[in-house]
Amino acid sequence: MDAGSFSSTSLSSSSKTLSRRPLQEHVLPRHHHQEHVLPRHHHPSRQHGDRFIPDRSSMDFDMARYLLTEGRKEKENTAVSSPSKEAYRKQLAETLMMNRTRILAFKSKPPTPVEGVFQESSIDNVSTTQIRASKPRRYIPQSAERTLDAPEIVDDYYLNLLDWGSSNVLAIALGSTVYLWDASDGSTSELVTVDEENGPVTSVSWAPDGRHIAVGLNSSIVQLWDPTANRKLRTLQGGHNSRVGALAWNNHILTTGGMDSLINNNDVRIRSHIVETYRGHQQEVCGLKWSGSGQQLASGGNDNLLYIWDRSANTQTQWLHRFEDHTAAVKALAWCPFQSNLLASGGGAGDRCIKFWNTHTGACLNSVDTGSQVCSLLWSKTERELLSSHGFTQNQLTLWKYPSMVKIAELNGHTSRVLFMAQSPDGCTVASAAGDETLRFWNVFGTPEVSKPATKTASTGPFANINHIR
Amino acid sequence: MASRTVAKDIITLKGSAAIVSEFFGYAANSILYNRGIYPEESFAKVKKYGLPMLLTQDDGVKSFIANLTSQLSEWLEAGKLQRVVLVIMSKATSEVFERWNFSIETDSEVVEKGVSREKSDKEIMREIQAIMRQIASSITYLPCLDEPCVFDVLAYTDTDVAVPFTWVESDAKLITNPQMVKLHSFDTKIHKVDTLVSYKTDEWEE
Repeated sequence: MDAGSFSSTSLSSSSKTLSRRPLQEHVLPRHHHQEHVLPRHHHPSRQHGDRFIPDRSSMDFDMARYLLTEGRKEKENTAVSSPSKEAYRKQLAETLMMNRTRILAFKSKPPTPVEGVFQESSIDNVSTTQIRASKPRRYIPQSAERTLDAPEIVDDYYLNLLDWGSSNVLAIALGSTVYLWDASDGSTSELVTVDEENGPVTSVSWAPDGRHIAVGLNSSIVQLWDPTANRKLRTLQGGHNSRVGALAWNNHILTTGGMDSLINNNDVRIRSHIVETYRGHQQEVCGLKWSGSGQQLASGGNDNLLYIWDRSANTQTQWLHRFEDHTAAVKALAWCPFQSNLLASGGGAGDRCIKFWNTHTGACLNSVDTGSQVCSLLWSKTERELLSSHGFTQNQLTLWKYPSMVKIAELNGHTSRVLFMAQSPDGCTVASAAGDETLRFWNVFGTPEVSKPATKTASTGPFANINHIR
Repeated sequence: MASRTVAKDIITLKGSAAIVSEFFGYAANSILYNRGIYPEESFAKVKKYGLPMLLTQDDGVKSFIANLTSQLSEWLEAGKLQRVVLVIMSKATSEVFERWNFSIETDSEVVEKGVSREKSDKEIMREIQAIMRQIASSITYLPCLDEPCVFDVLAYTDTDVAVPFTWVESDAKLITNPQMVKLHSFDTKIHKVDTLVSYKTDEWEE
């Protein structure tokens, strides 16, 4: 009887244990233990059940339940006990491996591979990666970022009707009216409309402080305006006897260039404002630019001449250099922001050349035929690049790499000659006004985020120049 | 080596340490050559393990490896060396590109009781040769090292080892999410060396 019950239970238990293999070793001893304790006492008479008909009385439900639940518990127990096992294993591993391991390295490192022929290639690699890293190829949008109407703009090559002040306000003269366009919020306001006998406006120029605008008029008068108060501060007259098409600021000195071929330095603070007069041109002065250091003034005229005037020279009214190389009017002038004494000048329709000058020695460094009238020139404040604006036939803006003078980009859009260009204070955006009566904005010199730190260096540029000279 | 020549197939602890440290020297040279850490011209060909092996002629690298192997053999003889890792990293950023991992299992009985084991020289050489071939062929699957790299060697020792004056404790210089390729092993019956190279995967492979 014992054997029978044993065999039946052992069969059921073995089948159960088979399905629960990992518990086998735990279940069997317990089963044997139960076998001895429970069946003997509780089921002594139920020994011969028909093996084909399930005999509930001979089936040990308690045992079955015990095996099932206990087995499950056991399973859970192992799950519970495994973290401790894990911890034990970890501890074991730690004592065996980690705590007993020490990672050592030579104090003196092996020589870095910088010798031999490989050196060059490795340095090449480094330099190219550095160049790649520091100067990622920037995307130059081929179309204008923004286009504004500029009705009644005077399509006259000899005038200078566009300027972008340090206060981030753009001034543009349309006919007899000077408009202000605030680049920070896009708002437009009218500064002044001059009366018929004085107009139209022939030149506008922001003072370096961004708080004053000089307005040159057809009548030879120059007015100073405070744009915030919208108030005229001063009228400068008597300096010229015909229109004033060129203006340039040098601190409190406003230099005016007239159709009368004269160039006057006006100290705007004093009553008798004309402090110097530069005589050299024989025809209208259309280009005037002070160098970054404020020491040298470049002037270009319809007489195809380019003069360099030096303030520090004792003979203040005598030119430092006189260049006759251009074969047409010289209006486009731009002093290089990164190299003192470097001037770029562009000639008119009969000349079409951009020329580079060392104004210290008077040497012409380079001359590039652009194929069309050069109306305006701007240097990038961040890169060694020069932007030129042109007339017939493409009316394009061309971005040049300096000094290689490789064309980086050509920006088309204007349908008439691009007379004037102005650069935003951060140096990134360029505004161009053309005979097609549009004002277009080009994101040609990079994105503002990128050039922010560079703007800082650009702003220190002029001071660096001053340090060099003084 | 001298002690190993007592009988052909008998190998002592000292002999085994010499074989293993010599193996590290050649393996390091081979890795430096094959991974282009030093210029090709600075290596000279020698015959070893039945293979043409390249050894650096650069005095600095030479002395580094010589100092390394002599220290390694000292630790190997004491049974204190667990692992040697040759790390290849960026010269510019010190980013770890490759870890050549040689883990060592030492037969403690030999170290403790000074008994010797039996294994023929030839058989060991054949096993090492297989590893050397694998190192040389590893360039086919390892990512290109397209920037100047430097190397360093880490030795994992038991903690009871006194740190020699010329050594410092270092971090493991691990690579996060490395690819791993297990190479052949060799066994002197005293030291078992398992070779594994883990490397930084190219990002574009994902």
